[in-house]
Amino acid sequence: MPAGLLGIEELDRAEIEAILARAKDFQPMQSQSLKKLDALRGKMIVNLFYEASTRTRTSFEIAAKRLGADAVSITASGSSVTKGESLVDTLNTLGAMRPDAIVMRHSASGAPHFLARYLPTPIINAGDGTHEHPTQALLDARTILDRCGHLEGLKVAIIGDIAHSRVARSNVHLLSKFGAEIVLCGPASLLPVELAQLAPGVRLTTDIRDALKDADVIMMLRVQLERQHEASFPASEYFRFYGLQLEHMDLAKPEAIVMHPGPINRGRELSSEVADFQRSVILNQVENGIAVRMAVLEKVIG
Amino acid sequence: MPIVIRNGRVIDPSSNTDRVADVLIVDGRVAGVAPNLSSPKAEVFDATGMIVAPGFIDMHVHLREPGFEHAETIESGSRAAAAGGFTSICCMPNTKPVNDSAMVTSYIVERARSKALVNVFPIGAITKGSAGEELAAIGAMKAAGAVAISDDGLPVMNARVMRRAMEFARSYDLPIIQHCEDLNLSAGGDMHEGVPSVRWGLRGIPAASEDVMVARDLVLAQLTGARYHVAHISTRNAVAMVDYARQHGLPATCETTPHHFALTDAQMPPYDSNYKMKPPLRSGGHRDAIVDGLAAGTISAIATDHAPHPGSEKMQEFERCPFGIIGLETAIALALEELVAAGKITRIFSMIRGNINKAL
Repeated sequence: MPAGLLGIEELDRAEIEAILARAKDFQPMQSQSLKKLDALRGKMIVNLFYEASTRTRTSFEIAAKRLGADAVSITASGSSVTKGESLVDTLNTLGAMRPDAIVMRHSASGAPHFLARYLPTPIINAGDGTHEHPTQALLDARTILDRCGHLEGLKVAIIGDIAHSRVARSNVHLLSKFGAEIVLCGPASLLPVELAQLAPGVRLTTDIRDALKDADVIMMLRVQLERQHEASFPASEYFRFYGLQLEHMDLAKPEAIVMHPGPINRGRELSSEVADFQRSVILNQVENGIAVRMAVLEKVIG
Repeated sequence: MPIVIRNGRVIDPSSNTDRVADVLIVDGRVAGVAPNLSSPKAEVFDATGMIVAPGFIDMHVHLREPGFEHAETIESGSRAAAAGGFTSICCMPNTKPVNDSAMVTSYIVERARSKALVNVFPIGAITKGSAGEELAAIGAMKAAGAVAISDDGLPVMNARVMRRAMEFARSYDLPIIQHCEDLNLSAGGDMHEGVPSVRWGLRGIPAASEDVMVARDLVLAQLTGARYHVAHISTRNAVAMVDYARQHGLPATCETTPHHFALTDAQMPPYDSNYKMKPPLRSGGHRDAIVDGLAAGTISAIATDHAPHPGSEKMQEFERCPFGIIGLETAIALALEELVAAGKITRIFSMIRGNINKAL
């Protein structure tokens, strides 16, 4: 199997540390007037997105270009998927054009893992169904490190639709490898009890106040209505019991930061005041996304 | 030419035989079982160190003909059966068209007569098109050769329809075989709901979706007096409930499959669709209960649920792949390896022959 990046679960701590350290090297570049290196000049990256995405796709595209690589982006609606071609056939076709890596997002959990068994081209997972979103967890870790300096011993509350969240799964794997205390919180119908066995250091609660108590980091998740196949909870009262509001911040540590993978829904999973709160690092996450994805691209095809 | 099978360990529970002997076959029939049989003109097969047994019966296979001949035919399925030691197989009705009429039943019987290497016994549908609404022509199918009824692949969700079907099955003295799955609880599921499904972000099929259907059906079996059989049983509670029903005198039986006694969801490689079937591979606790149920006799039959699909259909995203695994060629080896050699069960032949003969 070619060395791509399929998930955080398979990485060890040293590999993650190397990516995060390299991302730190790339951070200053983001504010320079000349933002381009030639480390990956002559390399070709295909962004293949079978699901709508603005920030992740753009972020990968910019990361590739800042390293001097060429990037082509394909969205599912404009490609042969609509003509009934199988996923393997589509990927083999793209593979025959000899890209150096394929960045892929797909609505089916495990789609990149399945393809990696048949394809010689390295695959970078940009989100697979409700499974993993490895670069999101890496950029989240980079953002926490920038603020807190370390991950070990931090209490991280992840709140929302955990069942359908690939962001939560990747973050759980990453934070657990670094010895953080992880509290997953949401209504019971979105919080399967098996999550407690996902990795060491994970605890579940259905009480948002319990989750927030003395938290260092608060990660809010989007309510993913498009992934829910049934009414798992009454949408009308979600915000009242699981939405993050300004007064909640008193329960957390005084320096606690608020994160969100985006896109945010003001008034659904967090109040507008919290989104614009001074300790909200949502835009820092977006900015770090580019540095982290540069580090990942360099590692995979450099 | 006569054939003599020399020096094998001949096992036949129905005649209480278990000894080293020769078996003489003349015109395709067993003509004698004794030590040192002499038959000068016979072709000799040396079976020293092997077990010689009457052909096995698989009461649950999918032959895909008519309608899905690109996946399997009556001929190819029967070859797989013969290769696996099965001389009789019962084929489920989820073909295209569904075997819900005497015409389709007769077609299968006819095709089997001309093409099959083994005996093929059709199982008729419970409802028209296996749609779960209107009863199929059960009596006519029996007259054409059906040995049981089932909508396998799908459950009969409507309790009132199931009740009537059980009453008809009793009138015609046919066993009624249920695929136990509450479709509301299992909706969208791709594998057993447990730690691996949550880890891999795959939607789960909870054990409860099997349990609630078995519970409902056992109540209906008590109400109607039907001979009720649970197909491919896979959960701890379902085995316990069948056991309870049997203790209380209900004519309830169940079968399990080689994959359910041999494998668990935790042993499955991530997103490998060869491991995708219904019911799904369950967790270790359920698997242990299945083995215990076999050992205790609550589960009286091993059936393969042989369900072939073309390779291209299995080579897709996990959630798009069809459910089903083949089993005819590997079932006996798995039973001997996982059950007998592992010391769980000493005798399996009744589960692949004797009990099924009695049930059908």
